[in-house]
Amino acid sequence: MSGATGGGAAIVGVAESDLGIVASGMSATDLMAQATQRALDDCGLALKDIDAVFAATAQARMASLSLCEYLRIAPRIQDATNVGGSSFMFHLAHAHAALEAKMCDVALIAYGSTQRSVGRANLSAPEHNPYESPFRPVLPVTGYALAASRHMAEFGTTREQLAEVAVAARSWALMNPAAFEKQPLTIAEVLASRMVSDPLTVRDCCLVTDGGGAVILTRADRARSLAKPPAFILGTGATSTHMQISAMPDLTVTGAKRSGELAFAMAKLSAADINVAELYDAFTINTILFLEDLGFCPKGEGGRFVSGGAIAPGGRLPVNTNGGGLSYCHPGMYGIFLLIEAARQIRGECGERQIEGCEVALAHGNGGVLSSQATVILGSQATV
Amino acid sequence: MQKVTQSPLARYREHLEKGELAYQFDRATGVAIFHPRVIAPKSGSPDLEWRVSAGLGTVHATTVNHPRVGAPYNVALIDLDEGFRMMSRVEEMEPSSVKIGMRVKLRIKAGGEGTAEPLPVFVPVEASR
Repeated sequence: MSGATGGGAAIVGVAESDLGIVASGMSATDLMAQATQRALDDCGLALKDIDAVFAATAQARMASLSLCEYLRIAPRIQDATNVGGSSFMFHLAHAHAALEAKMCDVALIAYGSTQRSVGRANLSAPEHNPYESPFRPVLPVTGYALAASRHMAEFGTTREQLAEVAVAARSWALMNPAAFEKQPLTIAEVLASRMVSDPLTVRDCCLVTDGGGAVILTRADRARSLAKPPAFILGTGATSTHMQISAMPDLTVTGAKRSGELAFAMAKLSAADINVAELYDAFTINTILFLEDLGFCPKGEGGRFVSGGAIAPGGRLPVNTNGGGLSYCHPGMYGIFLLIEAARQIRGECGERQIEGCEVALAHGNGGVLSSQATVILGSQATV
Repeated sequence: MQKVTQSPLARYREHLEKGELAYQFDRATGVAIFHPRVIAPKSGSPDLEWRVSAGLGTVHATTVNHPRVGAPYNVALIDLDEGFRMMSRVEEMEPSSVKIGMRVKLRIKAGGEGTAEPLPVFVPVEASR
């Protein structure tokens, strides 16, 4: 078992940078820095307090160096782990351990991306794979479409059930002023929208936006003295199963099973204890897979589980309450926004979309083509 | 230590030029390996035997990509009978008619479209007779 324990550290500051379509000429590091300033403001700490920096983006080879230079700080710990969209959950697990080991006192996790403004093709050169690139997979969507094809064949999951996930996300987004999408969405509209990689239409795919975020963490004692209620880290778990979709051991079972087991074990909790689940919805199939793998429903039942508005506002389980990568914001590596929304739900500051009595929130990150998986469980003061 | 004189990719392509789909076999564990490597995954063994596939397999997963410009095309994961999985596509049929579980047979296409190398694609077993 990990040496880190639940409750010893907490998220104390969270913020988004400008989102959607940012001002022309803004860089990924500009957005990281802007989010950092807002997150420090959120908790009442200052740049000089930060002694650990964790950062990742597709637009900087050495993201933590770029950010440290920009801020002119020289932290004791730097970590630019990049395993795709779940990187920030990996960062949080590393920060948690470093805080508990007293290797640092205040940790910053930051992300920024201007992928919408610069165009996805200009983000970074696509990685050539001599065994696969000649078949022209459109990555990442082709990988998720292949996984969806297996789920449909093995468990009878339907395109309507996939569409339910997009419709639920849109309903939540309409209650989030920061969300990119502002109009309602129906299952029929999802099914009728442009096919990208069968069975996934453009409405089964995440948005392409700009945006950044920052999260500040410190040990529990100090956390209690800061501006906002702490969101205590109760459990973390991270793993990977492959890089290319062809190497995924089972296309219907993700590493979320393992990462979830690790996080729940550390937290001494189970899926039944979760009040709100923020699950990385790069594509509609993700939400279904993660609901199964994290134990919210049996394997193969995810499609039926989400049917009838079950994860939409008023449903049996609130999922992706900010509107998700499908309808709120998706600058390419979305994981940090799941941590931000989970912390805000614990604090009770989500306005119209706030889940009443939210004491335990789960944020699950995904990277690559279902490749890296990381689960974080946060809790209120009442849980520690 | 023995220096590698031919990369796994170069050896793989050499077989493709001869019309063969090559894979590796880990003598230590009896496991088929694809893509080719310098050591075996899990066992770490450098004792890898090159073998040539009989070219028969089953569609494990399938999708149709719909580009904004150009015709829709198939991308599939194929499970070869020797026990390895690879990305490829199924040709000689409508891309949307490719189904999971369908039996397929290897056809090595000469280089051209987007790649100078020969390309291992698959066709339905029925059509290949």
